[in-house]
Amino acid sequence: MTAVKKIPKDDVVIEGLTGDAAIAHALKQCDVDVLAAYPITPQTIIVEDFQKFAADGEVKTKVIPVESEHSAMSACVGASAAGARVATATASAGLALMWEILYCAASMRMPIVLTIANRALSAPINIHNDHSDSYGARDSGFIQIYTQSCQEAYDTTIMAFKIAEDHDVLLPIMVCIDGFILSHNVERVEMLPDDAVADFLGIREPVQPLDPNNPITMGPLALTDYYFEFKEQQDRAIKNVPDIFKRVEAEFEKMTGRSYGMFETHKTEDADIIILTHSTAGGTAKVVADTLREQGEKVGVVRLRMFRPFPSEEIAEVVKNAKAVAVFEKCLSFGGAGNPLAMELRTALYHLAERPMVTDFVIGLGGRDVPPTTFVEGYEKTKEYLKKGEAPSYETLGVRK
Amino acid sequence: MSEKFDEIPMAGNIIEPGNAIEYKTGGWRAERPIHIAEKCLWVKNGTCGLCWIYCPDNAIRLIEKDGKYIHEFDYDYCKGCKICYTECPTDAIVMESE
Amino acid sequence: MALDFAKGITEIRWHGRGGQGVVTSNQMLGKSALTEGNYIQAFPEFGPERTGAPVRAFLRISKNPIQIYAQVYHPDVVVCIDPTLLEVVNPVEGLKEDGVLVLNTTKTPEEIREKYGFKGGKVVTVDASKIAMDILGRPFYNMPTLAAVIKATEIVELKTAIETVLERYPGKVGDLNKAAMERAAEEAKIG
Ligand code: SF4
Ligand code: SF4
Repeated sequence: MTAVKKIPKDDVVIEGLTGDAAIAHALKQCDVDVLAAYPITPQTIIVEDFQKFAADGEVKTKVIPVESEHSAMSACVGASAAGARVATATASAGLALMWEILYCAASMRMPIVLTIANRALSAPINIHNDHSDSYGARDSGFIQIYTQSCQEAYDTTIMAFKIAEDHDVLLPIMVCIDGFILSHNVERVEMLPDDAVADFLGIREPVQPLDPNNPITMGPLALTDYYFEFKEQQDRAIKNVPDIFKRVEAEFEKMTGRSYGMFETHKTEDADIIILTHSTAGGTAKVVADTLREQGEKVGVVRLRMFRPFPSEEIAEVVKNAKAVAVFEKCLSFGGAGNPLAMELRTALYHLAERPMVTDFVIGLGGRDVPPTTFVEGYEKTKEYLKKGEAPSYETLGVRK
Repeated sequence: MSEKFDEIPMAGNIIEPGNAIEYKTGGWRAERPIHIAEKCLWVKNGTCGLCWIYCPDNAIRLIEKDGKYIHEFDYDYCKGCKICYTECPTDAIVMESE
Repeated sequence: MALDFAKGITEIRWHGRGGQGVVTSNQMLGKSALTEGNYIQAFPEFGPERTGAPVRAFLRISKNPIQIYAQVYHPDVVVCIDPTLLEVVNPVEGLKEDGVLVLNTTKTPEEIREKYGFKGGKVVTVDASKIAMDILGRPFYNMPTLAAVIKATEIVELKTAIETVLERYPGKVGDLNKAAMERAAEEAKIG
């Protein structure tokens, strides 16, 4: 592998791209061998753009226009098993239809990159953003990274291959953008030169590929006698992710000057109340924190990026001295002890002798806009609950009730 | 079966092809198929072969040697499932208790 | 509203009908601002788009990376490219007191001010419908209205916007739009 060099400014191409288009460009530069995908709103542009690259001969990728998402992920598993660099994209119902094969991809240790334009699940049918789709897949064994901007989506897609294909990981990875809010939003994106991406990623080196000259069997039966041991392997593999992730990001930073971390902290050092959220809501939360700081409020933000594996210890370390953490999340876990993000955080804090109060606000379901005022409302409520010394386990914000 | 998680191949991959041969299913057998050559179409004229087609464990060998047709069971692998016995059109296979 | 969450950001809201190209003209303005070294967000009001239905598009422009992701509630600029929409939507809703209102209309800025009781900022009117019919021969009001936006706000140079449009529509369509934009920039009335 060649040493990573800083890319000269003049080699960077700046373009206005939607989140979907940014991901399509990243996939193009990652020299994907096989892309098997089924278009679904709001991910459609990724597949459309990539099909265009293929039709115009700009990529050598074998594009498989499958008949369903179940087949898309199945084709990806097959191609990845043969040693190919593989990507696909989906959202909402499409991810739901992939469900069975998500688990196969992860447990067969296939480093597939799955980009997701997060969208609500039916019913009623809704094409807009929330995180019910990928949160539901949190136990599938995929790595999950949520991104805030088109630039971050582009960068993360490139890094995703290097993380997933690392021999200490070998796990599939979801790169998530907010449907419409980012997928259809034109932003400024700095694109790397093709050869820089090629050098950064190299060619995938499969560990045990399907090869007619050295036949092996993949995904066979393992019952009570061996199944548990394979899960032990898988569990250890995902625990390797933070180290590899940091190494890949450090290398990427050398090349681009950009890195993002497993989560981003914003004005958390002296904060009494820390907002925990992710994706585009994380951007808005930072603006809210800046504005409230001007009013003398001691507020900060943790914008989560990596939801799987969940960086429990690191987040606990950052928030442990705050009086409260206000979680804002776009998913309901119906009948659960908490909603997905707050549940992770509460578990991460449980071992602390003195823990911050955790308030949980469910926002933005089905694409309901989340203006800064929604965060202010949750922030004010959290202050109130701190005064009272108790808070409800969660509440919905921004819904007519 | 005592290997630990890090002593077995990744993801359950079977990296030595054809290793089913190491697993002798003959031990499962409660009843043993017996061949009656006089009734067998393979032995008679080299036709039929249904038992060979249906046997799930490749435990039947149909051999052609010096113009003669020979039928053999491989009792290392025959698990006594009776499929051959059920399929045989001429009752050339009978089952005997082990 | 006391708190300003969009400091240093120019926020624009477009009104049009599905098929009239507000999403495109919004993107053209955004990409022009990008060319001139700004950070942008250009996004439509998302929904199943149907020809003729009222649609909105939003643009944020800033010298610094833009972190806020929400609809625009208090725009600095409101643009409406279809005169018939003015009976359906209220273009001054949420518009800042010192904001800019840009309308495709045959009315004068004074008449518009009176109609909406809008006292501050600027009102810009342009008969983009006539310009489009004269030059393009078809009801594409979006690019001439875009030229009026630029004249009133000076958010980007007209030259940059024309280049952006020519890049998107090379050939005859681009040339005609260029002519329409130049004429609209001349004829737009600011009051
Ligand atoms: S009993 Fe079953 S396993 Fe044995 S030879 Fe017949 S078919 Fe094969
Ligand atoms: S099925 Fe019966 S007749 Fe046919 S080959 Fe086998 S033993 Fe012979």
